[in-house]
This record gives sequence, structure tokens and C-alpha cells, in this order.
Amino acid sequence: MARFLVRRLLVMIAMLFAISLVTFLLFIVALPNGNPAAMIAGRLANPAEVHLISVRYGFDKPIWVQYVKTMANIFEGKAYSYQSGFNVLAEIGAGFPTTLSLTLGAGIIWLLTSILVGTLAAIKAGRYTDRVLTVLSMVGVSMPVFFLGAVLIYFLGYQEGIIPLSGYVPITQSPTQWLWHLVAPWFTLSVLFIGIYSRILRSTILDTINDDFVRTARAKGLSERQVLVRHILRNSLIPILSLWGLDLAQVIGGGAILTESVYNLHGVGYLAYQAIGRIDTVTLMSVVMLTALAVVVLGALTEIVYAFLDPRIRLQ
Amino acid sequence: MAIFDPNDGGSSFSAPPAEFLLADVEEPPPDVGELPPGVGPYSLAWRRLRRNWVSLVFGGLFLLIVVLCLLAPLYSHYVAHIGPDTQNITGTVNVGGKAEDVVSLIGIPIGPTWHLGPYFLGADAEGRDVAVRLLYGGRNSLEIGVVATLLTMVLATICGLLAGYFRGFTDGVISRVLDVIWAYPVYLLGLTLGTVLEVHGLGPFHGTTLLSTAVVIGFVYIPYVAKPIRAQVLALRDREFVDAARQQGLGHVRIMATEILPNLASTIIVFIPLMLANAILTEAGLTYLGAGVQPPNASWGTMISDGIAGIPAAFHNVLIPGLMLVLAVLSVNVFGDGLRDALDPRAKIRLAKE
Repeated sequence: MARFLVRRLLVMIAMLFAISLVTFLLFIVALPNGNPAAMIAGRLANPAEVHLISVRYGFDKPIWVQYVKTMANIFEGKAYSYQSGFNVLAEIGAGFPTTLSLTLGAGIIWLLTSILVGTLAAIKAGRYTDRVLTVLSMVGVSMPVFFLGAVLIYFLGYQEGIIPLSGYVPITQSPTQWLWHLVAPWFTLSVLFIGIYSRILRSTILDTINDDFVRTARAKGLSERQVLVRHILRNSLIPILSLWGLDLAQVIGGGAILTESVYNLHGVGYLAYQAIGRIDTVTLMSVVMLTALAVVVLGALTEIVYAFLDPRIRLQ
Repeated sequence: MAIFDPNDGGSSFSAPPAEFLLADVEEPPPDVGELPPGVGPYSLAWRRLRRNWVSLVFGGLFLLIVVLCLLAPLYSHYVAHIGPDTQNITGTVNVGGKAEDVVSLIGIPIGPTWHLGPYFLGADAEGRDVAVRLLYGGRNSLEIGVVATLLTMVLATICGLLAGYFRGFTDGVISRVLDVIWAYPVYLLGLTLGTVLEVHGLGPFHGTTLLSTAVVIGFVYIPYVAKPIRAQVLALRDREFVDAARQQGLGHVRIMATEILPNLASTIIVFIPLMLANAILTEAGLTYLGAGVQPPNASWGTMISDGIAGIPAAFHNVLIPGLMLVLAVLSVNVFGDGLRDALDPRAKIRLAKE
């Protein structure tokens, strides 16, 4: 176990380093035409000013010095956007409650709904209910997030006035308003994942439903309900839960960018969306990198937790 | 055989296993002359697919959409008499004998007229014909989808083959690189790469073109396909027929191409429609975020994002391209699902984020 743990942590650290390096190279070297100083100085600057800025920001230093300095700035919270002058970490922090409200709510909704839908479809496999649920999950998988959002905003917002058109209200300010503003975004973000997860769960349940241990459980005289909940679901939920951890890490880190921009929720994804518009490299780089790092760390954590629970994984 | 095996010890004289006995009793050795002709895996799959009429109908629907989009120039020339980029803000259109503004004085475009001719499906905010743009945009969306899918499949197959076949160091390097790509959310990575190509250019790409968008989308999805292919190659390379080929002295490339690749074919075929659906969706998403297809090029993504700006006055500009997009993606998905059931019921694909 100790060896597994050390090896897994070493791989994780190597991955973190690789991701930070790739992101840095992608943004700093490729993006602002190799000359960020000229970009900051603006169109009317003379070469002396550009040089001054270049020295002040350290763009004249070798690339690896810049790398170390950039990383130190980001993690110490001293990175500032070249365009707006705002502290990037503070901006991410400001958007974080919105994103967390959106993604945690949606994450719980899509996990519970897909467990219900997937189990129902598996129990009724081949029958009418299963067919309808399969079609629905297919539609969910095929639905572009921003189109679904626009349709909901138009019909439920403009036409019926049931949901607010956009925006976010903090839960500390008014819990009911918070809920009212988030219902449609939660639904929009969940639909795709419900489609994917329920189909995966359906097939894993159908895979385990004929296993020996299930037959034993039935032979012991357990009720169908106990067999389903204690024996089948317990085994079938493992792949879903590990997927859920990774997907949640991605949407928390800005992966919910489409939902946030169509509902005008000023979260982390929206920050990235705006940063793209004004080619704000520092902000975008920070968001992209922190997200990827979160995914790697959470992925490693899930694997370690599973290795504790299931010794077979350690041996691989 | 086992009964006469001297190494078999105590069980030498026990009865053969029950299933052999049963087989001997119930099935006399079949007469060779009456054996049905051999059925290959693909004709079996085709039989299964033919029974699944729902997925065939949806496959046909997708083909119909493709054909309609390919006929866009004909529709534009002979029916609508208007080009995809022709703006017409001040003009009028004849609806049931009455001349109506294409775009009203307060900037609201006309809705669907349902008269074959110009503005069958209404106009957008610039007075362009929605039906014509829908077909031309569909061509671009489908082109991007197809190119991106081909790129993903080719590169992912190569990565998966090399990593799974050579294992060890090669596998380590390829798998770690794929892990790095995989750690970025699809849309954030797509946005970043799209912006890099747009602002800076990379190699042959300067500015955003249809091809650069397709390349970005194709690149982003490589790990999602390469990982399952690698896992399958890992299982295949230890099979007897690969050993046999190796002992005949065949080279690595030859073994990969003639022994392993044919066995991957069904997996690759299963992935193609699912990737196509994903690529079309991703194009629309990236375009909505501003890093995909750029105006004046039409695509379903550009039409929807232009339309969203015009909510609530002209909702048909969102609804029509949106429904078309959903219909196209849904038909590919349903067909791909049927194809998977027919070819390889246990294959699993990981779908895109958001």
C-alpha cells in the first residue's frame, strides 16, 4: 500500500508539473505573439516604453525564470491581469461561490436523477419504460447546453415569467431568490450528464444482475428491493461515482462555461469566457491551469480511495 | 484426451466432464455436407442492425440531412434566389400577395413565411435567408464534424496502437501525454487552442478557418478514443495469433497493421458516429463562445449564437438552427447506438463534458 501510495503521488506531482509547463508554454510563448510587453503597452507606445514594461514584468528574462516567476505569482495570489489590472486569484475567488452553487446543486441533481433513471431502465429492460427512458437520455446527450438554456429562457422566462432571465443572487442575501435563479441552470447543466450516467448505470446493472452473488442473495430469501439496493446497486455505483468525482472537478474549475455564459452567471467559467474575449492571457491561464490541476489531484484522490476499498486495484 | 494423460494423476479414471457427455449424447457429429455456409462477424452484425429498424430510420434521417445540406447551392439558386451571405435589411418580400418588410423598422426580422421561395424560414437580423444559411451552415458544421472525427480516429488509433503494442517506455510517454490533454476540460482546452490559432497562428494556421476549428476539436478528443483502443491492443497483443505472427518473423509494423488493426475495426467503427455527434456539438459550443467558426461563415453554431442575441423578438433564429442541430446529432447518436449494439455490445465510450 505504501509503495502504491508513493508511486501514485509521484505520478501526480509529475503530472502537475507537466500541466503547468504545457499551460505556461501555450499561453506565454504562443499567445501574445511572443511579445506581451508590446501588447500591454498598447498601440501608441514607443520602443523605449515597451522596453521599460518588458523589464518591469520580467519578459526579458530567460523562459525558465519567467516560468518559475509566473507559477509563484499565481500560487501566491500575486498574478494581475494585464488588461484589467485585477488580481486574478481574487477574481476567481469572487466567481467561485456562484460556480460552486451551480455545480454542486447540479451535481447532486444529476447523480440522484441518473441513479433513479438508470435503475428504472435496467429493471424494466426491453420494456416500454426502458425504451422511453433510452430515447430521453439520447435526446439529453444530443442537446447543446446553450440551445437548451436559450429555449428555457425564452419559453419559461420571457413567455411565462416563471424563471428569471439571468443573473445570480448569493444564498446569504436571499435563499429563496438564490434557489429561484438557479433552478433553470441546474436543470440545463444536469441534462447531458443524466443522459450519459443513466446509460452507463443501466448497462453496469444489466452486467451484474446475472452474477453469482446476486443469485446467492436471492436464494437467501432477500426481497427484490434488498437485492437491488444492497447487492446490485452497491457494485454498479462504483464506476458512476468515480466518474462523478472527475466530472464535478471539471465543472467546478470552469467546465460549466456554456451554462454560465448563457445564464449570465458570473462564475469561474464566465470569467474564462470573458478573458477569451479580451485575450486576457493571465486570467485564462490561471483558470485553465487551476482546473486541470484540480482534475489531476481529485483523480489521484479517487484512485487512492478506491485502492483502500478494493485491494485488486493496488496490484495492477 | 485427458483420460489418457499420464500426468493427470488420480482423475485419470474419472468420468469426463458432464458437458462432454451431454454433447455426445444429444448432438451426433454433424454431417459436414449440411453445415450452413460460414457467417462472418460483419454479416452477423449487419443482420442484427437490420432488425433494429429505429436506428436504421435515424441513420436514414442523418443521410437525408447530409444530402439536403449538400444541395444548398441548388436551393439557394433555384428556390430562394438569394445567397447565404446576402444581406437585405431594407427590402420587402411578397407574402401571400402582400409586401412585407424583411427586417421591420425597429429591427425585428420576419418569421417563417412557409411559402417556397425567399425567406421560407424567415430572415435573421441582417435580413439573410435563414433556410439558405441553415443548409450552407449545415455543410460547414458537418464538414468540421467529419474532418475532426477523421483526425481523432486516425491519431487516436496510432497512439493506442503504439502504446498498447510496445508497452513500457513508449506506453508511459504516450499515456502521460494523453493524461495531460485529458485533464483539461474539453471546452476550456478548445477555447485556448482556438484562441492561440486565431491570435498567433501555429504552423500552417493563421486566423480561424473551418479547418483550424476542425483540427482543434479533433485534437481535444484524442485521449477519449485512444485510451479504450490502447486497452484493447494490450489485450490483443498477448493472443496466440499475434505470437504466431511474431514467430513467423513478421516486423512490428506488419503485426500492428495486419494482425491487430483488423481486430480493432469494430471498435473504431463504433466510435466514429459517436465522435461525429460529439464533434458537431463541440463546434457549436466553441462557436457560441467565440472561438469556433467566425462570421460571415455560417454554421449551426454561429446561427444559434447570433439568434441568442436577438431573443426575445426573433426566436425562430435560435429555434430553427437549434432544432436542426439537435436532429442531426440525435440521429447520429441513435444510429451509432444501434451500430454499437450490433457490432460490439460491450464497447463503452466516454462522452464529452457539458
